[in-house]
Amino acid sequence: MPAPAQHRLIFKHIDEAGYSNDLACYVRNGGYEILRKAVTRKPEELIDEVKKSGLRGRGGAGFPCGVKWSLVDRKSGKPIYLVVNADESEPGTFKDRYIMHQDPHQLIEGIMISCFANNVKVAYIYIRGEFPAGARILEQAIAEARAANYVGPSILGTAYGCEIYVHRGAGAYICGEETGLIESLEGKRPYPRIKPPYFPAVLGLYQCPTIVNNVETLCHVKHIADMGGEAYAKIGTPGNTGTRILCVSGHVQRPGYYEFEVGKCTLGQLLHEVCGGPLPGRTFKAVIPGGSSAKILRFGERFKGKRKVGAEMADYDWGVEDIPMDFDSLAMIGSMGGSGGVIVMDDSVSMVEALGNINAFYSHESCGQCTPCREGSLWMKKITARMVHGAARPEDGQLLKSVADQIAGRTICAFGEACAWPTQSFIAKFGDEFKGYAEAKKAPRAVDAPELV
Amino acid sequence: MELKPETLRAIDEVVTHYPVKRSAALPLLHLVQADQGYISAGAVEWIAARLDLEPINIYELVTFYPMFRQQPIGRRHIKVCRTLSCAIMGGYRTCAEFQKQFGTGLGEVSPGGEVTVEFVECLASCGTAPVVMIDDELHQKVDVARAQALSAQIRAEAGAH
Amino acid sequence: MIQPATPTDLITVNIDGREIAVPKGTNMIEAARRVNVDVPFYCYHQKLSVVGNCRMCLVEMGMPAVDPATKAPIMDPATGKQKVNWMPRPTIACATNASPGLHIRTTSPMVKDCREGVMEFLLINHPLDCPICDQAGECKLQEQATGYGRGYSRFIEQKNVKPKRTQLGPRVTLDDERCILCSRCIRFSKEIAKDDVLGFTDRGSYSTLTCYPGKKLENNYSLNTVDICPVGALTSTDFRFKMRVWFLKQTDSIDMESSVGANTVVWSREGVVYRITPRQNDAVNDTWMADSGRVLYKAVRGSGRLESVRVNGAESALDFAVAAAVELIKAGGAAVVGSGRSSVEEQFLAKKLAAAAQAPAWLVSRVGEGDKLLISADRNPNVRGALVTGLIDRLPGDRLDELAAQIDAGTVRTVVALGEDLAAAGLTSAQLAKVAIIYLGTHANPTSEAARVLIPTLTVFEKHGTVVNQQFRIQRFAKAVPGVSGATDDLLALAKLVAAAGGPALGADVGSLWPVIAAEVPALATMAYGNIPDTGLLLDAAPWAGLPFVEGPTLHYQAPAKEAARA
Repeated sequence: MPAPAQHRLIFKHIDEAGYSNDLACYVRNGGYEILRKAVTRKPEELIDEVKKSGLRGRGGAGFPCGVKWSLVDRKSGKPIYLVVNADESEPGTFKDRYIMHQDPHQLIEGIMISCFANNVKVAYIYIRGEFPAGARILEQAIAEARAANYVGPSILGTAYGCEIYVHRGAGAYICGEETGLIESLEGKRPYPRIKPPYFPAVLGLYQCPTIVNNVETLCHVKHIADMGGEAYAKIGTPGNTGTRILCVSGHVQRPGYYEFEVGKCTLGQLLHEVCGGPLPGRTFKAVIPGGSSAKILRFGERFKGKRKVGAEMADYDWGVEDIPMDFDSLAMIGSMGGSGGVIVMDDSVSMVEALGNINAFYSHESCGQCTPCREGSLWMKKITARMVHGAARPEDGQLLKSVADQIAGRTICAFGEACAWPTQSFIAKFGDEFKGYAEAKKAPRAVDAPELV
Repeated sequence: MELKPETLRAIDEVVTHYPVKRSAALPLLHLVQADQGYISAGAVEWIAARLDLEPINIYELVTFYPMFRQQPIGRRHIKVCRTLSCAIMGGYRTCAEFQKQFGTGLGEVSPGGEVTVEFVECLASCGTAPVVMIDDELHQKVDVARAQALSAQIRAEAGAH
Repeated sequence: MIQPATPTDLITVNIDGREIAVPKGTNMIEAARRVNVDVPFYCYHQKLSVVGNCRMCLVEMGMPAVDPATKAPIMDPATGKQKVNWMPRPTIACATNASPGLHIRTTSPMVKDCREGVMEFLLINHPLDCPICDQAGECKLQEQATGYGRGYSRFIEQKNVKPKRTQLGPRVTLDDERCILCSRCIRFSKEIAKDDVLGFTDRGSYSTLTCYPGKKLENNYSLNTVDICPVGALTSTDFRFKMRVWFLKQTDSIDMESSVGANTVVWSREGVVYRITPRQNDAVNDTWMADSGRVLYKAVRGSGRLESVRVNGAESALDFAVAAAVELIKAGGAAVVGSGRSSVEEQFLAKKLAAAAQAPAWLVSRVGEGDKLLISADRNPNVRGALVTGLIDRLPGDRLDELAAQIDAGTVRTVVALGEDLAAAGLTSAQLAKVAIIYLGTHANPTSEAARVLIPTLTVFEKHGTVVNQQFRIQRFAKAVPGVSGATDDLLALAKLVAAAGGPALGADVGSLWPVIAAEVPALATMAYGNIPDTGLLLDAAPWAGLPFVEGPTLHYQAPAKEAARA
């Protein structure tokens, strides 16, 4: 089956010749017409459209956006905040960057519609510190929008007003976690909060009800407001509606970003057809399908079982290439859709060293608040670093796995899973390499083997 | 510590964005670092006082976030991504090349004071790996050859001053 | 007074199969405690905010299964009881509050594995300092490693290195390698001491507890961080390397610094006091005390301690001194200056002495600024005891002007001073020289120097007694160490004086004295010394309600409405 064509809904204007990120260009292309219509509707209607659309968060968790909005405490009397998670830091992910740099007004329009729907008067865009140009572009775009009354005290002549501020981060991956982000926005060390009781929808920013949504998710809201939730739900596949941007990096001929209807493209179609297959003379070895926190897949693995197709249960028997790129299928075969960051490794990569690279990332980014993640992530990093640069032992793989098993499920936030799943899945799928690494190291190193640790 | 008038104006403006002053801690740190080049002890105390906080409240942030530095760095800041996608595409070799070009170790100020070379974590441009940021600019597909070209450009720009 | 909870306030939860009803808002660590189930923890503290970062208190949680549509209970055919849906992930007990039907399991394999995991993680970067660490013997890490750890380590990498001997302030030493980053000290400093001076720097496993360079942890509650530190990271500089805690005897006492009456524990060995720590009393001081109260034990062997009975300057013996004193008293014109630092029992005997000697009695006040926490404006711990026993009937002033006038007029020719320096209370040396002074006290001062009869007595650490704090709560303190040789128990000296002066023959210890006290003092009627609870007993303060007490609000004390109205 040939790969489907891309469906460039969010990325319609990315890399388009002649398209610039200023307001005039956006308006020429129909910009802010959807906002104009949205503010004439009842806010509850817009929330309803989002619920009907089945939109799932595009930041990594895949949590239904309509459900998230409906959990907001609207009775407390406290102001409701919207925070845009523009901290894009999940390794392998590179989509929000292009939206903000090249099509910022799409985001702003999505923000304003979402704010209107939820009676939000102040929104913050938390953008990672390493996007300084992006922050300037967004501030410029907001200023333009404010001058035209798309943002500010009186939107398009209505009584509704909302302000947007850009807030730059400073190099911490944990600020992508919603409560870590909120703590960082409050000016404190970004230690995620315990839930219960600090669910952002109830006790978020400044202990007020807060919605935290990913950049891409909010752009989808704009399109949902335009075509309606039901129409949006027809795009993609049941339970995995709409489109999503897949980011492919690593050992393929044509790495890059590709937007497809969710679930309509398989991993094999993506890697072989769309991305041109492996580099010359190489074979695919492993792929991480949803950002580095997702569990790794080994080419040659088979996945068998029964799944729901429509109203029936049907058998499936998949190789890695057969997996449809949607949230539910990826979860079903033991990984996740995550942020859509697909990292491909070919046979030049040592899995021990690749895990060493990942472990170094997580131990560096651990905030240090809770015991299992703080100590466990560094321990795992020290083990893989010793294996690569010092003396490796055949039992180190099992030790790594048992350390990871003591982290997942025991921490304050999902970072515990994020740092444990790579180790658990690398050992599960490539345990043979870990056992044999001490021996394998003795052989001379291949010239093109990349240094990873 | 003497801040430029435009920095002070920007500080006064950004504080108005938040109902709680403490939230302005990160924006102020960015502004002061842009102004002074790094965050000194005096800067920590100044920012704390400006926001009615204790110095420890700011010091905690300076040491948590890697983008804030407590020492001056080279005139140009070369940040090479070391995370998986860039590493498997040769990021470590790129970094070694920059270090060789300027005769400097990681995190140091090169002889002559021109550059500081550092590893950073994923810069969210993995499709164009290896990726390098020089000051505020992103450079993509920076293999060893491109690293040599960029280093020459840095030296040329330095010579022009 | 403990109010029994009304039935509507109570929620029934199930812990390891046992049901217990607890008040709304009780977390599962406290609920488990009530059924004698120990849930281990580090970062949780009853009096501080909950952060849930140590993860040691992870337990299994379940809720009763109900049909989602009908809400009818789903029964388990095997047991005949309602099925419990156990969550696949454990939950932290400190942040799980009672809700109807909540089930907790603390002994399952999952919980065991969680605890072993957390213990292993805490120990991998922890230095092997037990042999040189003060915390040994009262270290939560030691206790819980023994109780819940795996018993062996699999860590063969290099441990993190951090600063090891930082002087955080004048009284606290910090070893960052031992720190388990529970943040109790930071929360205490911010929430209780209101001195936000501690924080974590750096990130991840390299996080380090720090004071901002140049600032110090030097507020008057800094040592409470040492008490609550579960490991030997924060230690008392004064106590460092002095004594192993398992050799120390613990005696309940009261901090005599002010009328707050913070409850304390005095730790001693073979007659020497080594340190003082707070004792929990949720009605008075929670689990805290001021640093300044902890050093008071140094006075026991401090300079100026009086150690020999003297009559007219020459060394003598107790009975001779009593006889000499009584001779002076019987000559007429006697006055008694009691003390707000004396115990209730001592004040009772002082009143008896004043009666036998037909002498007026005064107290000297000590007023300072209250710190709104655990030091009140009244630096006498027991003025109210003097009111309750009737030794005085109005609040004292800080100067003995009436006494001075009577001395000048010649109506007072003998003064019995019970632990108070008359010169500090305004008497001139001429006035001191004009009267015969009988001094009972612990440390030298101008009055003791001028005394004709000098009877050294005991510090609070060397005797038993009670004091009445600002809440009119009577609290006991106990003898921790024997008195220095040469000193006499205050009650013995006073009882002898009373008897020799013509008063009744009374017992010279709290046990035999109290039945008399209970019979004669209305506020203490029907009480027995042995029945006073460890956390004290509130007396009826009504008889003294109108008096202008100097204290403002402190931790568990609201100043009376009259004060607020006047202010």
